[in-house]
Amino acid sequence: MSTVLNLFVAAVLAGTPLLFGTVGEIMNEKVGHLNLGVEGMMSIGACAGFMVGYQTDNVVLALLAAFAAGVAAALIYAVLTITFMADQNVTGLTLTIFGVGLANFIGEYMLNHSATQSLKLPEHISAQIANLHIPVLSDIPVLGKLLFSYNIFVYIGIVTAVICWYYLQKTKTGLNVRAVGENPGAADAAGIRVIRAKYINVLIGGGICGIGGAYSAMIICGGVWISNCVNGLGWISVALVIFASWSPVKAIYGSLAFGCFSVLKYYVPKSIISIPNAFYDMLPFVITALVLVISSVRQSKENNQPASCGTNYFREER
Amino acid sequence: MEASKKTGREPLLRTVKRAELSRKKTMILRAASVLLALLAGGIFLLIIGFNPFTVYQTIISGAFRSEMAVQATIRIMIPLLISSLGVTMAFKMRFWNIGAEGQIIMGAIFATYFALYQNAMPHVLLLIIMFIFSVIGGGLFGLIPAFFKAKFNTNETLFTLMLNYIALNVIVYLRDGPWKDPASSGFPKIARFDLNAQLDSVLGVQAGWIIALLLTAIVYIYLKYTKQGYEISVVGDSHATAKYAGIPVKRMMLRTMFLSGAICGIAGMVQATGSDMTLATSVAGGVGFTAIIVAWLARLNPAAIVIVSFLFSILEKGSSVMQSTYGLSSYSADVLQGIILFFVLGCEFFVRYKFVGRKGGAGK
Repeated sequence: MSTVLNLFVAAVLAGTPLLFGTVGEIMNEKVGHLNLGVEGMMSIGACAGFMVGYQTDNVVLALLAAFAAGVAAALIYAVLTITFMADQNVTGLTLTIFGVGLANFIGEYMLNHSATQSLKLPEHISAQIANLHIPVLSDIPVLGKLLFSYNIFVYIGIVTAVICWYYLQKTKTGLNVRAVGENPGAADAAGIRVIRAKYINVLIGGGICGIGGAYSAMIICGGVWISNCVNGLGWISVALVIFASWSPVKAIYGSLAFGCFSVLKYYVPKSIISIPNAFYDMLPFVITALVLVISSVRQSKENNQPASCGTNYFREER
Repeated sequence: MEASKKTGREPLLRTVKRAELSRKKTMILRAASVLLALLAGGIFLLIIGFNPFTVYQTIISGAFRSEMAVQATIRIMIPLLISSLGVTMAFKMRFWNIGAEGQIIMGAIFATYFALYQNAMPHVLLLIIMFIFSVIGGGLFGLIPAFFKAKFNTNETLFTLMLNYIALNVIVYLRDGPWKDPASSGFPKIARFDLNAQLDSVLGVQAGWIIALLLTAIVYIYLKYTKQGYEISVVGDSHATAKYAGIPVKRMMLRTMFLSGAICGIAGMVQATGSDMTLATSVAGGVGFTAIIVAWLARLNPAAIVIVSFLFSILEKGSSVMQSTYGLSSYSADVLQGIILFFVLGCEFFVRYKFVGRKGGAGK
C-alpha cells in the first residue's frame, strides 16, 4: 500500500513539468500552431527562473521571470510563424536548438563566474519550493500525503490546466480560439481577430512552458544548475498533447500517467517484473505512438488535432 | 481588401504576395539576412564581453588551422550531409520526417550487429554487409511511419518523433544488456569494433566522405532526372494531382520513406564504424535534427546541402576551438546557429511577400 502511495506521489512530482509543457503546447496547437520549440522554451524558462531565483532568493520573482522568458521565446516563434509565415516545423526545431543552447550557454557562463564553480539555490527560496506542509491537512493519514504534500508548482500547474480548460471550452473567447485552430479562414470571415488570437495563445503557451522549465531546473535537478536540465521533457510534452487529446484537463491525467512511467522502474520490484530499465524509459513513447495510431484509425473529429495545425494562415489566400 | 472593409478600417500594414522575385534579388536578400544574423550574433557576443571579430575569425581559422582541424571538420560534416540528403527525399514529397535521428540509430544498430558478432569475414565483404544492413535498418524504421500514414493518415511529424526516442532506448537496452562489453568495468558500454569492422581512412579522413559525395550525386540525379524523382515532386505539390495523373501515391510514399530512412541509416553506420568505432548512444547526437534545418536551408537542393552542411560543420568545429582557447562555451554554436536561422526564416517572408502601407501600393 505504501509503495503505491509513494509511487503516486513520485509520479505527481515527475509529471508536473510535463503538465506545464503539455498545457503550453495545447494552447499553441489550439490556434493551429504545432510548436516544436517546447523544449527550447522550457529551457529558456528554466534558465531565467533559476538564475533569478538564485540572485533574488524570491520564488515569486523566479516564477515571473520563467514565465516572461517563456513568453519572450514564444514571441520569436510567433513573429516568425504568424506574421512572417515561416515554416512551423523548422521554426520550432530552431527554437529548440537555440533555446537549449542559450540556456546552457548562460548557465555555463554563470558557473564560470561564480566563486564556487557551482550554482545552488539559496536557502530561503529552497524552503519555499520544498514540499509544503499545511498544518492539519497535510497530517491526515494517506489523504494528506496524497493531496497536500507537494511543492507549490504542482498546485500552480493543476490550477493553470483547469483555467486553460475553462478558457478554451467554456468562454466565448475560447470558442473563437478553437475556431481559429480549426478553420482560420472561416473564423476570420466571422469577424474573429485571427492574428491576435494566435499571438495571445502562442505567447501564453510559451509562458506556461517556461514555468515547466523552471520546475525542471529548480526541483528535478535538486536546486543545483545542471546543463540540459530540461532533458527531453519538452519533447515528451509534445507527445503528451496527443495522449491528452488536446484537452488541458486530460493533460493532468496524462502527465500523471507519464510521470508514473518515468518513475515506475524504481517502484516495481525486480522480483515481480524484471525488464530492463530502457524499456521503462521507452514506454511513454511507445504508448504515445500507439495513441497516435489508434486516434488516426478512429478518426474522431472531437478529440483530434485542430485541423489547421501546422499550416500558416495567409488572409489573402483563403 | 474585403477583409479590411469588414473591420471598417484598413490596417496600417498588410501583407501582400509578391510577384516572383528574381534569382539575383533573392540571393541578395538571403545574403543580407545572414549578414544581419552575424550582426545580431555579434551584439550577443559583445554583451557577454567578447570581441565578435575575434570570435568569428577564431571559428573560421579553428576549422581550417591545420590538416587535423580540416579533417575534424569533414568528420563532423559526413553524417550531417548524408542525413540531410535522407530527409530531403521525404521533404520533397512533403512528408515530415522528423525521425532521422531514430533512423540513423537503427542503421547503426543493424550494422553494429555484424561488426560485433559476425566479423570473421573478409574486410571489404564485412563492410559491404554492414552497409547493406544499415540500409535495411534505417529503411525499415522509415517505413513504419510511412505505413501508418498511408494506411490511416497518421500524423508523421509526431510519429517519427516518438520513434527517435524508441530507437535511442533500444541502444541503451543493448548497451546495458545483451551487447554490454564484458571487458568494461564501471559504466556499461558496447565494445570497440574489431579493426576488421572499422571503416578505412582515405586521405586522412574516414571513407564516409566518399559515400557522402556519391550519395549526393545519386540523390541529385534521382530527384531531378528519374521518373520516380519526378513523381515525388508531383506528390509534394499536390496529392490530388498525383492521383489524377495515376501516380500510386501510397506505394510511392512507402518507397520514398524507405529510401529516406535508408540514407539516414547509412549515416549511422558511417558514424559508428568510421568515427566512433563503437555504437554509442550519441551516434545520432542531434544530427538528425540539424539535418532537417540543413535540408530546409538548402531548399532541398543536394548541391546546396553540401555547402550548407559544410558551413554548419565549420561553425561546430570552430566553436569547439573557441571553447578550448577562450573558454567560450561551445553552446555558443547553437545560439549562433539559432540566430542565423531565425533571420533566414524571417527573410524568406520577404522573398515571397511584402508589406503594403495604408496608402499606396494597394492592389499591386
